[in-house]
Amino acid sequence: MTRDLHALWVYLAASPLLGLTVTLVAYQAGYWLYRKSGHNPLVNPVLIAVVALVAMLKLTATDYLVYFEGAQFVHFLLGPATVALAVPLYQQLRQLRKSLLAVLVSVVAGSATAAASAVGIAWALGASRETLLSLAPKSVTTPIAMGIAEQIGGLPSLTAVLVILTGMTGAMLGPWTLNLLRIGDWRARGLAVGVASHGIGTARAILVHPVAGAFAGLAMGLNGVATALLLPLLATWVFG
Amino acid sequence: MLGAITLLLICQLAGETIQMVTGVPVPGPVIGMALLFAGLVLRRRLPGGDDGPETPAALDQTAHGLLGHLSLLFVPAGVGVVLYLPLVADEWLAISVSLVASTLITIALTAVLMAWLARLTGAAETEEFDRESGAP
Repeated sequence: MTRDLHALWVYLAASPLLGLTVTLVAYQAGYWLYRKSGHNPLVNPVLIAVVALVAMLKLTATDYLVYFEGAQFVHFLLGPATVALAVPLYQQLRQLRKSLLAVLVSVVAGSATAAASAVGIAWALGASRETLLSLAPKSVTTPIAMGIAEQIGGLPSLTAVLVILTGMTGAMLGPWTLNLLRIGDWRARGLAVGVASHGIGTARAILVHPVAGAFAGLAMGLNGVATALLLPLLATWVFG
Repeated sequence: MLGAITLLLICQLAGETIQMVTGVPVPGPVIGMALLFAGLVLRRRLPGGDDGPETPAALDQTAHGLLGHLSLLFVPAGVGVVLYLPLVADEWLAISVSLVASTLITIALTAVLMAWLARLTGAAETEEFDRESGAP
């Protein structure tokens, strides 16, 4: 019996089916809790899923790469999903046209603030050089951030993790900050969350309000472009 | 549905190709997003009334279906933290303070600036945030 179970485990652990299924189950469990909490931003489904899956990998001594064999199918959809952001953006074209200049200025200012404050604070607290360089593009969507990290000499996969952590922080604490500042403009709320916490913030904004969602998606795209163009220049200037 | 998925993949593929050929530091999917957006705007210019055509229903459904669970798509990369647990444990204070403080500073600055500039340029909003009906 135990041997049969062991054989089954060996078979399942080697197939991509398991990694894919546990990813979907963990996320839906997180999403269920998020709904149960009355959509409390602190009960973040990504955070819950990541913690559960990391615990599972540690407990079963499974290699991340083995897990990723299955999870890559979910990961792959990030590309088409990024392209799909054009749709809500197009649907807000009228709103967008009215505020284009405000959007561009705010995104560039936000992009510079995100990189400078992250690196400055971590440097003051004694972070290592590779952490600083991996931290710099943290507010940009994962694929862009990894590309920038590679270019400026950070560790791309560490950057991916820092990007996700930033996204969760923004999605969890962003609404609270915006309420505290009494920001009532949905465009400003969406834009700020999109600049600071890319796709994860955008994912939340889409669920909350269509205007916020469209501006968050726009901010995420523009911030990606702005950071990709500006950060390599800044990094050579600061780090030499 | 199938047509819409194909369209998204074609845009991404075109974006990746442009990125490879020109070497611009912008990732393929973001270029793909710009292409799809440009395509939708151009389509609007075609004859069909003042506002031009609506988003095709299949594309609308597929895009919103995909974006409705956008957070799920970040889970596999997030689990990658498992590879960096020792480094993160070593520098946890610098990393966590920097992430939280920087994210909040960025959100605050961007939101205040955007709200101020939008008011300044006279781009008043059509719909106001309703504090009663649930803060996001």
